[in-house]
Amino acid sequence: MSNVVFQNIVKQFPAAGGAPGGLAVQDLDLTIEEGSLVTLLGPSGCGKTTTLRMLAGFETPTSGRITIGGRDVTHLPVNARNVGMVFQSYALFPHMTVRQNVEYGAKLQNLSKAELNSRVDEMLETMALTPYADRAPSRLSGGQQQRVALARAVVTRPKVLLFDEPLSNLDAQLRERMRDELRAIQLRLGITSLYVTHDQSEAMAISDRVVVMRNGVVEQADTPMNVYARPGTAFVAEFMGKANILEGEVQEIGEATVRTRIAGASFELPRGPHPLRPGQRVRCVLRPEYLRIDPQGPLTATVKRVVFQGGHVEYLTEIGGQECTVTDAQYFHGGIAEQGRPLRLALDTRPVWMLADDQNTNALKAA
Amino acid sequence: MSLQTDTAARPGAGWALPAPLRRIAADPWLFGIFVLLTLSVLVFAVLPIVNVLKQAVWTPEGFDLAALKTTLAQPFVWRALGNTLILGATSALVATVAGFVMAFAVTRTTMPGKGFIHAAALLPIISPPFVMALAIVILFGRSGLITRELLGIRNANVYGFHSLVLIQSLAFTPIAYLNIKGMLQSIDSALEDASASLGGTRWTTFRQVTLPLVTPAILSSILLVFVKSVEDFGNPMLIGGPFSTLAVEAYSQMVGYFNLNAGALLASLMLIPSMTAFLIHRYWVSKKSYVTVTGKPTAQSIRISGARVVLPLSLVCYFLALTILLFYATVFYVSFTKLPGVNNTLTLDHYRTVFTAGFDTLGNSLYLAGIATPVTAIAGMMIAYLLVRRAFPGSFLLRWGTLLSFAAPGTILGIGYIGTFNTPPLLLTGTAAIIIAAMVVKNLQVGIEAGTNQLQQIDRSIEEASTILGASSGRTFTSVTLPLLRPALFSSVAYAFTRSLTTLSAVIFLVSANWTLITVTILSQVETLKTGVAAAWCCILVVVVLAILALMQLVLNRSARER
Repeated sequence: MSNVVFQNIVKQFPAAGGAPGGLAVQDLDLTIEEGSLVTLLGPSGCGKTTTLRMLAGFETPTSGRITIGGRDVTHLPVNARNVGMVFQSYALFPHMTVRQNVEYGAKLQNLSKAELNSRVDEMLETMALTPYADRAPSRLSGGQQQRVALARAVVTRPKVLLFDEPLSNLDAQLRERMRDELRAIQLRLGITSLYVTHDQSEAMAISDRVVVMRNGVVEQADTPMNVYARPGTAFVAEFMGKANILEGEVQEIGEATVRTRIAGASFELPRGPHPLRPGQRVRCVLRPEYLRIDPQGPLTATVKRVVFQGGHVEYLTEIGGQECTVTDAQYFHGGIAEQGRPLRLALDTRPVWMLADDQNTNALKAA
Repeated sequence: MSLQTDTAARPGAGWALPAPLRRIAADPWLFGIFVLLTLSVLVFAVLPIVNVLKQAVWTPEGFDLAALKTTLAQPFVWRALGNTLILGATSALVATVAGFVMAFAVTRTTMPGKGFIHAAALLPIISPPFVMALAIVILFGRSGLITRELLGIRNANVYGFHSLVLIQSLAFTPIAYLNIKGMLQSIDSALEDASASLGGTRWTTFRQVTLPLVTPAILSSILLVFVKSVEDFGNPMLIGGPFSTLAVEAYSQMVGYFNLNAGALLASLMLIPSMTAFLIHRYWVSKKSYVTVTGKPTAQSIRISGARVVLPLSLVCYFLALTILLFYATVFYVSFTKLPGVNNTLTLDHYRTVFTAGFDTLGNSLYLAGIATPVTAIAGMMIAYLLVRRAFPGSFLLRWGTLLSFAAPGTILGIGYIGTFNTPPLLLTGTAAIIIAAMVVKNLQVGIEAGTNQLQQIDRSIEEASTILGASSGRTFTSVTLPLLRPALFSSVAYAFTRSLTTLSAVIFLVSANWTLITVTILSQVETLKTGVAAAWCCILVVVVLAILALMQLVLNRSARER
């Protein structure tokens, strides 16, 4: 068992230069199931990297406890934890060859010579690095350097693997390929992993669970599908991609649906888990792709701005005084609407999600 | 290790060690080294200086204000202080202006012969400080090659302020040149391009962009040369004549009149301008710097090629370089001349004298510098590592101790050493150890500085990667950090070795019958007017230093090619 458990973790950084000490992480409770990949996602300063570094042992929690496979590691030194890590800068040893980099950690484990060599060879083979074994890391491409970093981290067979924004140094195309490669290898090795990123699409593509953090607090921890489609807060909704949050009024509560009035039109929206009462004002999350241009549609929007993006056209519109983004991938049929023109929209009601009532309304502005 | 794992594994038992103690517990070994280094610095750098300060106000009968007053009332004290300050300020200004012109011409213009200028500028750095003084006497003295032979002047007076300024300017221009050149090279050339693209002329760009950006380097050169000038002993000793400086006065009070109090007081007075300049540099000038990472030359796109700018700059540069070369050529010529100015026949006599007298003192110098150099370089790297990467409680002692040793002139260190290490358990006077200690302490800070700069450019996560793979701190230091510090290590080895071989101001107080050094021998030969032999020694010393530096470079290149 190598599941990872964070219990009531608090990390307070000491005050520096007159500034008040920051509370980087507040009361974090988190479990990473054995073999799964959990992503910490959030804007910079949200505490995700601090959390990762506490698991690595580079930071010590102010209070709380961290266990790996049931063993308390809260105060264990870094080099005694048997944790692997892929750094943002890769942190490859520039004065060693690829092979020397990969065998560095394995050599510290008192393996037999034969075992060491076979492990390193196998790892180089797995990562398609065998032809480059004797090169200096600086003579490799970004993707190859990334693979060396991964090989070096997993050759010691760590109990937990940590990724600190490992793809941020790669260009967009390579990033997607390496993302899929990382995930494939993680699944193959079945290694419990914690992954830190600020890129929501990366998080959704790679994770078993996504933990969205903000100001040191977990906003939501759920499957990628759920954090996208059923966000717990307005912050999560907006952080996970383009989201329109439109205000509506509950008219009638049915068995599975709720009749809701949004910008003068009535919709039968799916009934979420939150309690509702007629007359209540609710905030509904409408992803741009839930809306489509339809001359017979019930909603009328005014086009404020048009952005052509190749695969689709993005309209920033106003519906009944509320801003709303609409994407149109079928523009080659109907043409592109001009600024200032009215646009009739239809709504696919099935994926629409209502936010819980107790959401503080400032969340929107702060995000 | 097992002990500390046990305590650490106790889950939140309520007594997690406070952070500083935890840092010690995590690396008991490293902390041991830290304590050892800190104690050494305190004993060999701080204690001697404190002793000199004490000696200055403390007679054998105890604190005596009257004695202090008597000493301070003597006019020679104030004359020496005034002379030192004026000489320091003048040399600093002249050397910095010259250094700036050379640095600007080399980095920003199409001046031909840059390699030659650069090489000539480096010559004074690798030679004993008083080679210049030797040359100026031969060139401009009473029977000087230029003054009498060329110009027919009969009673030229080479001794005094004007010669000292010339000599020190020539000797210290390279320091300013290297300092300013480094800064000019690290300015992002896009800034100057931006100014040009906004319509700025060359002159506007220079005045509004380039000059403000290198101002920190200019100020730091002024302060650095000032400190060097205050500390300089050999040149004022040889050609100061009636113009006496603190370093010379302290030496003659100590050695000539056995007046320990006055010597200590004069040495203490040297500390005031040196420390002031040093502190200004550290806490004001370095904070003004806009260039954060130095030593990374960026591509230079604009080079000034107009003759109106390049020609005068080139003339100044060539004049400076040729003057430096003339001085060295003179020493070389003198080493082969019977009695320059009197009997100009060529001879090998001086070298014969050198070879028959034997190489004992040169051997001593090489031997002691050979021991001091690796100690200096390794200790410098370790201290840099401890100060930058570990914050053990008490590291301020180490930081300030080493800074003090660097800022303090050699004279105060030398006087402090004879006062401090003449009684058991620290009885070191007359031994090789005391000279080695002085060499290490005097050059340590440069290694620390080089190591610190290098460390700040090494991504911290490279070391973290090593620890997370299971390596201890010690292992990480030896197999990751130290190899990456190699450039800094090499440059501090080269620096420490040349400085240790050519140093004079501190060790002149410490040499003994058993252990005397080549620089001290050369100085006494100049004083006894055996100019030819002294010149021969200077040439041999320069060749030896060059040969060893070349050898080091070769080794470094070879080991670099292996990877």
